Amino acid sequence: MEIGLEHYLTLAAILFTMGIFGIFLNRKNVIIILMCIELMLLAVNINFVAFSSFLGDLTGQVFTMFILTVAAAEAAIGLAILVIFFRNKGSIAVEDISSMRG
Amino acid sequence: MLQPLAFYLFSLVTLLSATFVITAKNPVHSVLFLILAFFNAAGLFVLLGAEFVAMILVIVYVGAVAVLFLFVVMMLDTGFAELRKGALQYVPIGLVIGGVLLAELIFIYSAWEFAPSITNNIASPVTAESNTVSLGLLLYTDYVYAFQIAGLILLVAMIGAIVLTHRQRSGVRRQKIKEQNTRKRDDAMEVVKVTTGKGV
Repeated sequence: MEIGLEHYLTLAAILFTMGIFGIFLNRKNVIIILMCIELMLLAVNINFVAFSSFLGDLTGQVFTMFILTVAAAEAAIGLAILVIFFRNKGSIAVEDISSMRG
Repeated sequence: MLQPLAFYLFSLVTLLSATFVITAKNPVHSVLFLILAFFNAAGLFVLLGAEFVAMILVIVYVGAVAVLFLFVVMMLDTGFAELRKGALQYVPIGLVIGGVLLAELIFIYSAWEFAPSITNNIASPVTAESNTVSLGLLLYTDYVYAFQIAGLILLVAMIGAIVLTHRQRSGVRRQKIKEQNTRKRDDAMEVVKVTTGKGV
């Protein structure tokens, strides 16, 4: 049985959906929400690399590296914001992040 | 025979560990399962013939991002258990939205095919060299500006993280180089004319 592009796309779809569901499941915990975003980015990367591999086009892998860069930057900034928020408020619950009345 | 087996193994472990990431009670366990998911995704990338991206995934995600998460989870001493209280309230709507999204994606994936002219539109075809060599040749020529911008993003993120988390503590003695360098002789010592036989 041959593993085709559809297999990888289905895997990425399930992984992406799992990331979205994780945000709903852990909607009070910012750290887990950030991890869910990482999962979703991983699913996108799997899509890019699968298309790149099955089309014989290297552009997908180049863009995967840019996504990795942005994901790393986003995780660093997000966790830094989380650390200063915890230092100021003593909590990381999403409900407490309302000082901007958003 | 071996390739489907490896695919199903890697994807099954990826999905299982993703499930544990979102359901684990302890965030440290979540981070560790996230690392497992990244390792298995790297295995999938190797199966797809993208070795360089697989290794970068292991180095960047497991070596940097996941360890950063681990540090922060261990540093924030907060009651993670009470954060889960009432969390099940939004599970039904989450299931609905996730189910609708998954159904849409599967509908798309089950009813599409490549356009016949797609082989004429390959932007950068895979060459005979190894994956790393051809990726490097592409990245430093066609995508050099995007590559530089990616480096700039990382620099901004680094400076931003340092600026955000840096804090001035009170009661810490620091070296004040400016004051040291601008100090005059009169600030530090006093010349006393000692008369003979009297002492200071």
